[in-house]
Amino acid sequence: MSGVIGSSVKRREDPALITGKGSYTDDLKVAGMVHAAIVRSPYAHARVTEIDTEAARAMPGVLAVFTGKDLVKGKAGGVVPTGWLLPDIKTPAHPLLATETVRYVGDGVAVVVATDRYLARDAADAVVVEFDPLDAVTDPLAATAADAPQLHDDAPSNTSFDWELGDSSKTDAAFAAAARTARVELRNNRLIPHAIEPRAALADYNAATGNLTLHMTTQNPHLQRLLMTLASMGMPEHKIRVVAPEVGGGFGSKIHHYPDEAIASWCSIQLGRPVKWVATRSEANQTDAHGRDHVSIAEIALDDDHKIIGLRVQTWAAMGAYLSTFAPAVPTYLYGTLLSGQYDIPAIHVHVLGTFTNTAPVDAYRGAGRPEATFVVERLLDAAADVCGLDPAEIRRHNFVQPDQFPYPTQVALEYDSGNYEPALDKALDLAGYKALRTEQAARRDDASKPLLGIGLSSYIEACGLAPSQVVGSLGAQAGLWESARVRVHPTGSVSIFTGASSHGQGHHTTFSQIVADKLDIDVEQVEVIQGDTDKVQFGMGTYGSRSLAVGGSALVKSLEKVIAKGRKIAAHMLEAAEDDVVFEKGAYRVAGAPARKKTWGEVVLMAYLAHDMPEGIEPGLEESTFYDPSNFVYPFGTHIAVVEIDRDTGEVTLDRYIAVDDCGNLINPMIVSGQVHGGIAQGVGQALWEEGVYDESGQLVTATLLDYALPRAHRLPSFETAHTITPCPHNPLGVKGIGEAGAIASPAAVTNAVVDALSHLGVKHLDMPLTPERVWRAMANASAQGDA
Amino acid sequence: MFPTAFDYHRAESVDEALRLLREHEDAKLLAGGHSLLPMMKLRLAAPEVVIDIGRIASLRGPHATADGVRIGSLTTHHALATDPMVAERAPLVAEAAAHIADPAVRHRGTIGGNIAHADPASDLPAVLVALGASVHITGNEGSRQVAASDFFTGLLETDLDEHELLTAIDVPMQSSAGVCYAKHEHPASGYAVVGAAAVVVMEGGQCTEARLAWNGVAAVPPVADLSSLIGTAVDDEAIAAALADWSTDDPLGDLHASGDYRLHLARVYGRRALACARDRANA
Amino acid sequence: MGRTIRVEVNGKTHECEVEPRTLLVHFLREELELTGTNVGCETSLCGACTVLIDGESVRACTQLAVQADGCSITTIEGLGSEHDLHPLQQGFWDEHGLQCGYCTPGMIMAAADLLGQNADPSEAEIRTALKGNVCRCTGYHNIVRAVQSAAKRMAGAAS
Repeated sequence: MSGVIGSSVKRREDPALITGKGSYTDDLKVAGMVHAAIVRSPYAHARVTEIDTEAARAMPGVLAVFTGKDLVKGKAGGVVPTGWLLPDIKTPAHPLLATETVRYVGDGVAVVVATDRYLARDAADAVVVEFDPLDAVTDPLAATAADAPQLHDDAPSNTSFDWELGDSSKTDAAFAAAARTARVELRNNRLIPHAIEPRAALADYNAATGNLTLHMTTQNPHLQRLLMTLASMGMPEHKIRVVAPEVGGGFGSKIHHYPDEAIASWCSIQLGRPVKWVATRSEANQTDAHGRDHVSIAEIALDDDHKIIGLRVQTWAAMGAYLSTFAPAVPTYLYGTLLSGQYDIPAIHVHVLGTFTNTAPVDAYRGAGRPEATFVVERLLDAAADVCGLDPAEIRRHNFVQPDQFPYPTQVALEYDSGNYEPALDKALDLAGYKALRTEQAARRDDASKPLLGIGLSSYIEACGLAPSQVVGSLGAQAGLWESARVRVHPTGSVSIFTGASSHGQGHHTTFSQIVADKLDIDVEQVEVIQGDTDKVQFGMGTYGSRSLAVGGSALVKSLEKVIAKGRKIAAHMLEAAEDDVVFEKGAYRVAGAPARKKTWGEVVLMAYLAHDMPEGIEPGLEESTFYDPSNFVYPFGTHIAVVEIDRDTGEVTLDRYIAVDDCGNLINPMIVSGQVHGGIAQGVGQALWEEGVYDESGQLVTATLLDYALPRAHRLPSFETAHTITPCPHNPLGVKGIGEAGAIASPAAVTNAVVDALSHLGVKHLDMPLTPERVWRAMANASAQGDA
Repeated sequence: MFPTAFDYHRAESVDEALRLLREHEDAKLLAGGHSLLPMMKLRLAAPEVVIDIGRIASLRGPHATADGVRIGSLTTHHALATDPMVAERAPLVAEAAAHIADPAVRHRGTIGGNIAHADPASDLPAVLVALGASVHITGNEGSRQVAASDFFTGLLETDLDEHELLTAIDVPMQSSAGVCYAKHEHPASGYAVVGAAAVVVMEGGQCTEARLAWNGVAAVPPVADLSSLIGTAVDDEAIAAALADWSTDDPLGDLHASGDYRLHLARVYGRRALACARDRANA
Repeated sequence: MGRTIRVEVNGKTHECEVEPRTLLVHFLREELELTGTNVGCETSLCGACTVLIDGESVRACTQLAVQADGCSITTIEGLGSEHDLHPLQQGFWDEHGLQCGYCTPGMIMAAADLLGQNADPSEAEIRTALKGNVCRCTGYHNIVRAVQSAAKRMAGAAS
């Protein structure tokens, strides 16, 4: 089916999901299955002085109660590892269950296994743990204070790493020479991911074979297996099978290796029975890796022509109580490297302290570092527009990297491969009706009967398609970041592909089928996509960092090219033609110039398996694989515009319109691309307006349930206005970039800029997210009080 | 997510419910379950006995009465929000009920369970206070009637004794009144950060009666002193003046809205509710 | 102490003994193995467990199974099948109203309740009716279109 790339094929995964037949981890039921419940610390920081499990053991249905000491004595006793190292980084051990000290609310101390989940919960409540509470610290900046409670003996000043990038003296010189500077002190609010499916695991150990099968909610089954072998379980890799069935969203939170799934596995090994563990929502909120949580001081320097000449950022990034799987990478190489934005900036310096806090670990969450970077850069651009007296759109346009500057090396270690920023800005301004909005805004300011109007821009760039291995390895990654694809052509011509990408809502089954159908000129229904199973798929890095299409899709194209090439050899032999004279088009191998001389796809494939008449030196079968390691990241970009209304009396912000113009290169399935944009926008708007993971001073998680953590809901959002420009990626075979995170990267800055813009005539220069009514109202009240004074 | 174990009894009549309440220590009444079960799922409540009164036909409603509406305690929020008779005879109840949570919650949540739970951020308490509603309670010693303003006694506390059952709420009809419920919804829970319930009666362009009470602001619904509006046209300036200095001790506060801000919101939403009620009264 | 209940689920009558504390959602998922209805929170605020009881949308996580005694329940499995999709299922498929699919059964049941009461809802009415159902993937944009598409299809079938 040539031409199927670029069309909005309806999703092939949907019939199961819309009829209730999707099979998520908690839907699985196997004979003999029992249930685990984990006993968690109610304290943010405490010594564990005694754990009394006797009462729990005596309760009905209880099979076992294990503590951290049992795990240490047992053959696992492992730790949860971190998969990214930085120079001089402190990586305190993170035991599966705490034995001496708990360091955040939700830190596990014991596990109960019982015959059903109600009984398991009853028994978990009956485990008596004596804690000796310690002082806690939850703020990434406060954690570095001399008198702050210390989390780990081997991490003085609660500092995990002290990292910098860029040229500090050149940057300082730029600031010294600047005609104007602007400064923003900001907090990037802590977020709790809230995949609607909570994390879950079903561990099934077969003592006779020594094989462990672990169904779990993961974005990357092979990495889970690798980390279980290397760290948490110590079991040989070939004896573990990790399967991701349907996964109900992840947004990063299901990348990481957590204690709980390993604990369930350990219990299954001990008991010789399948053990299921499912997080409740409050458990998920306490223990899923959170996102963001930065404190930053950011400055921008401009010359008298309004050109940016320097950018300087100091950031304190919370790591939480322990380093999660990719945690050190997020506020460093996924953040500092993005601080040039879409702009030609000759001097940049960023300094980041990663600090331990008595909170859930912080790791990659949709966008992972890049929303934080975009927020810094785009807030600074608005601050710069303010000091220069320029329109926010014009200062951006004035400083864009120009099309003839690509490939553009930034001052923070990246080389942007391609881009054309001005058309995306213009398209967004045009869709928004920017001039009319500005006129309307001015009119509203003079009419007290109407809400204030604010218009916010966010011209973002992201580096995604996380790879290439050599580069990420040199930056500290403890894994490669290539992707694999195996294409198996069956004797009758239909195709199974095995991808290392692992969909959890992104529609890989559809998109990858489209690529196969297009390249082999077969029907989409002739393609099956197999993913998320370490026993079936060769190896893979999984789905995150908007990488599946750019890296995994490229691997697939390479394998398809190999299949076509082998078929050409067979066809040429069958046609008694020179291989170079044979072309594959319209579903057949044809002799160039004599298209009637042909062998159909089916004939050639069948011959590959019959092998009755193969060319010399060609093996039977038709199956090819590729481990594709790209040469660079991909760099999607775009401009988003938020239009907000603010209630003058209450400070309530209403998102009136949201316009998104994205450039993610070529589109394989525009419908799926739009869906990714919509979802990302909603999450970023959520960060800007409602969401925040809040710990109180004692380290209690105040937002452990949906009663307090405000997620975006249908009635609080408008429909979104989306469009694209297309600048193909020059270095991958599909010319694609990534789109999974763009919405979440751009929108926090767009919305915040809009709210500050609405209030700018009152002298408001900055507001921290979330922009709650009270925060906005106080800003208005303070501004008018100052105005009166 | 998993309630603790309990003994379950289903009462078929009010008498049986009262008998079960007498016979069992630590028993809780279950109507729609939308106040009790969330507490039990989080194990904030762990009764040893649950008495299901959800099928007692005599507690269903609503019914028109000579001077208003009698709302049986098992009446769902959905019924209140959609019943044309309620819209006609107790429009403020209908308007506020439509603000409660979402359709699925409204289908099962009941007015009796709601006000017996007495969550100050719920949407009905201030409405009943502003309307001068009364609550019917039956116990071992017989039945009694309590004014809504006396029923709510504190945070999650009411006049209801543990051996009593709330059977119905009488809402007096306000045929000439304009009413309005104006709500600032909590972004997470959907409860009222502030919910202002206003009743305004206008005769010949002059206000003869004005009442305003708030949900969400304090442990029990506070009531505004609106005597300055009586005899006026209730113009915006008069409303603003009446509420300008309004305050209440110990306002509620949370992550989303501090006490100070809640008081501010109460004044803003109070103004809006009164203005809207005036316009409706004049219409 | 178990208690026997009789429920009709998706047209089929079941008589089962349940523990009083068993939540309806666990009864449906574990006893009847109807796992289409999901659990996403514990505070009745995500809507993933929405089912129809006697035709009305209800949170199956905020009902005891014993409360459903004598009731007729429809879950996503009973709304339509892959061979005979309900217009809402078709609408969600046509309009890309789902991504990970976890909230989808509850979302569709909530939308079924809406369309049962309002055959031609506006965008604002759809958004308000679905405020109790959280979707973390779609930003609700295509969910609105899915419900509109279903409403149109149902109106066409009715006329």
